[in-house]
Amino acid sequence: MEGVSFEVVRSFNLSVFLVPFLPLLASVITLIFGKRYLREKPYILPVSALLLSFLISLKLLVDVLSGKIYEFDLYQWMVVGSLKVGLGFLVDPLSVMMLCMVTSLSFLIHVYSIGYMKGDPGYYRFFSYISLFTFFMLILVLSNNLIQLYLGWEGVGLCSYLLIGFWYEKKSASDAAKKAFIINRIGDFGFALGIFAVFYYLGTLYYHEIFPRLPQIAQTYINIGSYEVHLPFLISFLLFCGAMGKSAQVPLHTWLPDAMEGPTPVSALIHAATMVTAGVFMVSRLHPLFELSPHAMAMVALVGLITCFMAATIAPTQFDIKRVVAYSTLSQLGYMFMACGVGAFAVGMFHLFTHAYFKALLFLGAGSIIHALHHASDPNDIRIMGGLKRFMPITFWTFLIASLSIAGIPGFAGFFSKDEILVYAYFSQYPWGKLVWFVGLLVAGMTAFYTFRIFFKAFFGEFKGVEALHGHYPHESPKVMTIPLIIISFGAIFSGWLGIPEALGGGAHFQRFLEQVLGHPKLLPVDHAVEYLLMVLSIVAGLMGIGIAYLVYVKKPALEVFFSYKFKVIYNFLYRKWYFDELYHRVFVVPTLWLARTVVNLVLDSFVIDHTVNGSAKTTAFSASLFRKLHSGIVNYYNWFILLGVVIYLIYIFIR
Amino acid sequence: MADFGLLSAILWFPLLGIAAIIITNRSRPDTIKVIALITALIDFILSILLLYRFDFTNANFQFVEKIPWLDVINSFYFLGVDGISVLFVPLSTLVTLLCILISWYSIEEKVKEFYLALLFTNIAMVGVFLSLDLLLFYVFWEALLIPMYLIIGIWGGPRRIYSTIKFFLYTFFGSIFMLAAIIYLFLQFGTFDYTLLIGKTFTPQVEKLLFLGFLLAFAVKVPMWPFHTWLPDAHTEAPTAGSVILAGILIKLGGYGMVRFLLPLFPQATLFFAKLILVLSVIAIIYAGLACLWQDDLKRLIAYSSVSHMGFVTLGIFSLNPIGINGAILQMINHGIVTGALFMCVGVIYDRTHSRAINYYGGLATTFPLYAALFMIFTLASIGLPGTNGFVGEFLILQGAFMKDKAMVIFAATGVIIGAAYMLWLYQRVFFEKPVSGVFNLPPLRWNELLSLIPMVLLIFLIGLYPNPFLDFMKTSVSKILANIP
Repeated sequence: MEGVSFEVVRSFNLSVFLVPFLPLLASVITLIFGKRYLREKPYILPVSALLLSFLISLKLLVDVLSGKIYEFDLYQWMVVGSLKVGLGFLVDPLSVMMLCMVTSLSFLIHVYSIGYMKGDPGYYRFFSYISLFTFFMLILVLSNNLIQLYLGWEGVGLCSYLLIGFWYEKKSASDAAKKAFIINRIGDFGFALGIFAVFYYLGTLYYHEIFPRLPQIAQTYINIGSYEVHLPFLISFLLFCGAMGKSAQVPLHTWLPDAMEGPTPVSALIHAATMVTAGVFMVSRLHPLFELSPHAMAMVALVGLITCFMAATIAPTQFDIKRVVAYSTLSQLGYMFMACGVGAFAVGMFHLFTHAYFKALLFLGAGSIIHALHHASDPNDIRIMGGLKRFMPITFWTFLIASLSIAGIPGFAGFFSKDEILVYAYFSQYPWGKLVWFVGLLVAGMTAFYTFRIFFKAFFGEFKGVEALHGHYPHESPKVMTIPLIIISFGAIFSGWLGIPEALGGGAHFQRFLEQVLGHPKLLPVDHAVEYLLMVLSIVAGLMGIGIAYLVYVKKPALEVFFSYKFKVIYNFLYRKWYFDELYHRVFVVPTLWLARTVVNLVLDSFVIDHTVNGSAKTTAFSASLFRKLHSGIVNYYNWFILLGVVIYLIYIFIR
Repeated sequence: MADFGLLSAILWFPLLGIAAIIITNRSRPDTIKVIALITALIDFILSILLLYRFDFTNANFQFVEKIPWLDVINSFYFLGVDGISVLFVPLSTLVTLLCILISWYSIEEKVKEFYLALLFTNIAMVGVFLSLDLLLFYVFWEALLIPMYLIIGIWGGPRRIYSTIKFFLYTFFGSIFMLAAIIYLFLQFGTFDYTLLIGKTFTPQVEKLLFLGFLLAFAVKVPMWPFHTWLPDAHTEAPTAGSVILAGILIKLGGYGMVRFLLPLFPQATLFFAKLILVLSVIAIIYAGLACLWQDDLKRLIAYSSVSHMGFVTLGIFSLNPIGINGAILQMINHGIVTGALFMCVGVIYDRTHSRAINYYGGLATTFPLYAALFMIFTLASIGLPGTNGFVGEFLILQGAFMKDKAMVIFAATGVIIGAAYMLWLYQRVFFEKPVSGVFNLPPLRWNELLSLIPMVLLIFLIGLYPNPFLDFMKTSVSKILANIP
């Protein structure tokens, strides 16, 4: 721990224990008894459990603010040889901030789901899964070692799988669920190798033991083939693979847009506010490791930057409201990694915090619209919306707040955190800081544009869904949904006020609080005049984005069609999401299946035994009919002899 | 020894049941089943008693019984358990017990013979794990083939004859080389006593040949690539109980044999061949995983996944460090539980629909939800999700292997991705999407099916969340074995 000294409490603490385990208990009971005994009200236990968890988290926040840190092991999980790892908890500024964010949003989204999911045959199952998700997310956040982080990490992945595939009778939903899990497994493959390497080179998996030992490997290089690789870079890279999967960064991002097949509250909680930010959390948690290698930092910044830009180019071309918001999530996650990549981890976490609220609000707003249009065959399509302002005033106002926040309009939460990222990038000592700033500024304008594209298309103009809704008109959602919307709007405004920068007369309390664990970024001397200029630029970018959106989608709707025809090639390239899915299908899926088919079909699989069996059977007096059966395998003696030769040769070499 | 006779009791108790079944009239199948069930239950309780009395701080053999058996060739009836074998005894008796339960309604022909065969299997399995005399070990090792041969050959599917011959010839072929090696050891040192043979030295060539002799027997049983092709055939044609015994115990004998014999008796050769076996393990993991992606038969897919998982086990054993070997032994237990459960699950729907074809099914999650939930848990354990036992085993094995050979682990770990791909795809095809016509109105899970599957679920989470008690049993014995390896 840097800076202020904390008092570390190492004994068992019931409050810390209850925060994750209350939702678990609620989930298990609801799953087992929900169908039979809680038919109408399966949400009672999960909602109360989450409320309690949230209140306890607030209490823990007060404890940490007063200088306490909790760290203890619940029990020893695996003890073998030199490996010793427990199931334990660490409550410090970083994790307590995440606790408050996760439990508050999860609670509100649970409440929202009471209305949103009403009438679904899987009502109880939904609440059980989403509570279970919250448990794993809290385990992830609270972990004091890498293996438990991995437990939470894969656990949230499982819940994500179950919830994306919640409506599993739809093929697209079960495909999307499977895709999410497998792509995350690819990232976790690297993550696991990183964990093995940490244990191998540092001899421990506990954070508090890893950090002091890092100097041992600071200058270590290992040989891979003929290359000398800096060990901290290698480990950071492997661990970052996990982050790319979970936080949907290029090239492992393709699962997140498809994940929108899940119910909207799931998209808000899991695929916007909490789970997908786990990668940023992990990188921040392990920041001393990443900071050992400038290359690792550059990698984090670059991956964030590419994702940030790419997603912002795709979002304006999509017509599914949830997919647009999903691409904006990719893009905002890119911002967070950009912040990490310039060493401003606390600022990255600040954006993670504000983003959780305004993005959840955006998703829940979209959910409210979808709820209103549920009679349509595709209620997500923004082309059947329009003029909704009239029908759903609360949704309109809250959606507006969320949009202003993500567009970076002063006074709203997103402004403060995004602006801090741009300022820190600009003044960063890392040479790629200026590039990050420039792309960040560009994307800020694009973000405002595509967010207001859906805003204008949904709420302004004439309602275009009369036919799709078979004459029904949309209506405002019930109170159980709108009240959470209103509460979260406060978060989407005021969460940013916790970290108003010094230049605007604030104390940047949020960042200072986290910097106690996340360290201070390395900055060039900050010129306040330049800082103000940067702010003005980003505000201008945001306003321009909104202005262009207004022009194209309200004033001159013909422009949209004009542009999509004029630049058809680019438009198609963006509309097809840079062809990533097609590319992966051709490069990975098809060859793997071809290999699988080859393995099964070719002689390979019947060579050794079938021929041995054939030969031996010959000497035994079995009937001719049986004999024919035995010969039904593929006979390819050439291969068999080649293999035999290889085996004999190998044996010769070994025994010689 | 205060507990003298406990091992013999566990080993031979099923004989009582066998005698009782023999004198029961075959027109009373229910009585036969109840007798078999009670016998297996008592045997299981006895083996739990063994765990309870076992002192895991002691690395030596415990509950030792040694009585001259064949004086002429200096062979003894010599039983004992240490940390390597002690967990396999209750696993064997548990598997027998659950096999009796799961077959309750599905075996209707030759009921008497079936339960006799199962109880004989139990004796042979336990015998293999308890024997410390090489000849005795060999006798049980081969004796196990007979009831297995009958179970597959009589109660199996349409191509059962082909499968049994393949199974029998192949495993028998491997064992012959082990027998030759055992005879060589006897001629050289005049004893079959395992404890006396430890620490004997050989010339390098002889040691390597003896190692290969044993290895061949074990490699076929595991089965290691490229000796695996008997397994999918045997599994596909076997009745559910046969598959469960194959997956739960029989293929574990190979891994057990490696830890019990190869490492302690031939340490130099072990070091020499370790790299080769690591390579074969990785090939098995990836090759069998890929094969799983292109299966249209439920049982065949799970059989290939066994080959892949056993690749992890051999990888862990030949990491030759405590993390890898403890992980491998634990993973054998885990695999017995998880794959055994998966085969039981297949049996459950096969009994109802008489189809093993994956594309026969679809939408079972809607029509058979409890079953879908159970199958999901076993799927997750199979793909090593943290919190389940599969994760603990795989993690320890890969961590151990990483310390031995990093490049191997990079390849082996891809097996984890492939594993997720084929299991989730299987799950999607069978359980998700709209229900197909063949899966409506399936009878709900019966009492015997629930009683067989629920213990597996409990064990999956118990070992997954609190593996330490299980690891404690084996740790000291593993350290002792590793102390011999330079």
